Amino acid sequence: MIGDNTNVKLNISGDTLTAHISGEIDHHSAKGIRECVDSALISYSPDSFVMDLSGVSFMDSSGLGLVLGRYTKATDAHIDFSLRGVDARTARIFDMAGLDRIISYKEKKKNEKDM
Amino acid sequence: MKKICKNTLKVQFPSLSANEGMARALAGSFIMQLDPTVAELADIKCAVSEAVTNCTVHAYRDTVGEIYMTFKCFDDRTVKIEIKDKGCGIEDLSAALTPLFTTDRENERSGMGFTVMESFTDKMRVISKPGRGTKVTLIKKLSPISAT
Repeated sequence: MIGDNTNVKLNISGDTLTAHISGEIDHHSAKGIRECVDSALISYSPDSFVMDLSGVSFMDSSGLGLVLGRYTKATDAHIDFSLRGVDARTARIFDMAGLDRIISYKEKKKNEKDM
Repeated sequence: MKKICKNTLKVQFPSLSANEGMARALAGSFIMQLDPTVAELADIKCAVSEAVTNCTVHAYRDTVGEIYMTFKCFDDRTVKIEIKDKGCGIEDLSAALTPLFTTDRENERSGMGFTVMESFTDKMRVISKPGRGTKVTLIKKLSPISAT
């Protein structure tokens, strides 16, 4: 697997690349996650990219930087970006920065069941 | 009535990024004696993570220095956490406290550190002297233990 990282599990299905992020996202872990995801975006060059945060147990504002950075990278490369598995705590940090104005991450509970 | 300090913990460690996780785990362990709610525990861990990350990323940028943390808990269920460094200090504190302001955009810093600390605690105090260092004080009063 390209760019393996303990916090990231990549999954490619059709033209969609999904990065399942797990564990704790802080400044320390963000760098490895960033490198792993960015190299996958380049190698697979998917039509759409999904960042799934349902496995994240802790996140501080470094996670916000990570998501915003991937959003920018994907969008610049004309890759559709979507964000999934954002729990209430994580959403609180995203909301503080007004991320909900550019990315939609508030999904209905019923869609979250299959994690 | 003056509140009484019930317990104290002082730690010192180098500003390595690996210590960010250790610092918030310590904060979590320290407040366990107050039987916090899951939300209170998460708030404090996140605020401490932000403060320590600031020391690693900004105060001791391109170098490694010492971070000093003091935890105190009081009989009124208040927790006071001080995070201190002897790093570069903050030139423009009011800019630093502004949401989304960052001096490190290229490393994808979001500029939300102080905003998160402020939101997740009851009180945040920042004292900084350029060239001398910064001290962040975080205060949070935990909710009373429910009867159940």
